[in-house]
Amino acid sequence: MIAQVLGEVSRWAIPFLFVLFLVAGWCRRVPVYEAFIQGAAEGFQIAVRIIPYLVAMFVAIKIFRVSGAMDIFARICAPLLGLIGAPPEVLPLAVMRPLSGSSALGLATELIHTHGPDTFIGRLASIMQGTTDTTFFVLTVYFGSVGIRRFRHAVPLGLMADLTGLFASLFICHLLF
Amino acid sequence: MLNLIWLFLILTGIVVAAFNGRIDLVTETFFSGANEGVKVCLDLIGLMTLWLGMLEVARQAGLIRILARLLRPFTVLFFPGVPSDHPALGAIIMNISANILGLGNAATPFGLKAMEELQKLNPRPDTATDAMCTFLAANTSCIVLVPATIVGVRVAAGSANAAEIVGPTLFATGLTMVVTLLADFCWRNFFRVRRRSAGR
Repeated sequence: MIAQVLGEVSRWAIPFLFVLFLVAGWCRRVPVYEAFIQGAAEGFQIAVRIIPYLVAMFVAIKIFRVSGAMDIFARICAPLLGLIGAPPEVLPLAVMRPLSGSSALGLATELIHTHGPDTFIGRLASIMQGTTDTTFFVLTVYFGSVGIRRFRHAVPLGLMADLTGLFASLFICHLLF
Repeated sequence: MLNLIWLFLILTGIVVAAFNGRIDLVTETFFSGANEGVKVCLDLIGLMTLWLGMLEVARQAGLIRILARLLRPFTVLFFPGVPSDHPALGAIIMNISANILGLGNAATPFGLKAMEELQKLNPRPDTATDAMCTFLAANTSCIVLVPATIVGVRVAAGSANAAEIVGPTLFATGLTMVVTLLADFCWRNFFRVRRRSAGR
């Protein structure tokens, strides 16, 4: 039931926004076509400006994952996270989530299929995937797009958000399931 | 800090690959990784162009101003360095809204636009401002109301109750956002006090 409602919400959200923007613009006598072109003109430059940052991140994350270094790193962290009640199976996901959205989604999907969506691991993987964000992607791409080199406290804040998200997912999962 | 993390990822990757006797993987992975980075950017060009066009229509229609005025109590509290009628706030609000609704591919264009606007207020162009750090903290810790992707994955895996994770996700993201914004708030004020006393 809720799954259906959510599916409908995400199906309708973007068409709704487009209609809202365009009808509101038309009502306020905005030349909608000219306004769209005017705003859209910037899109290309902003997108192209982040290529170096994307390439740097993708290369580093991919070699870390493909070489097997991530599995070793996850295994080293396993006893630490075992202390707070995290099953070792979800560790690669916890390590990967801040680095790469698509890899993390792949790992979460694999966990859900292997262990079943209605098991503790399946639920935990689902909640972790929704809770933490691709912090490093966001940091490098957002700062990179405007040429910021000194990130100041954005890095520790982002990492703290990921850790808090991990703890919060574990806590609520242990509480409910 | 990012220098260290980047170096760590690449060097451990190469060392482990060499140790496993798969050193040929390194070259292959570097080239394919570089290609993937550019491909993500190519996908983004269309999205950026489309959403920035729509954003401009919404701005000229006055929708962004209405939204910014409604959320002013929050923006004044968390973005004291940004004038309350600045276009950066509109883009920030649209980015956060897209994140809340789980519209990942709409969030990035608004986020990059917000950074561009925030950069116009930056006196030192190579250093992040307080407002940028707050924005990134809010962005990465954002509340998620509609985790549509993962619910879809669960449906596909044959879950008896695919949406049961919506409430827990909302709780976990809400807690994360409160903790992160609180930390940012304390950090900001702590540093401001220290800088001021150092200046005396």
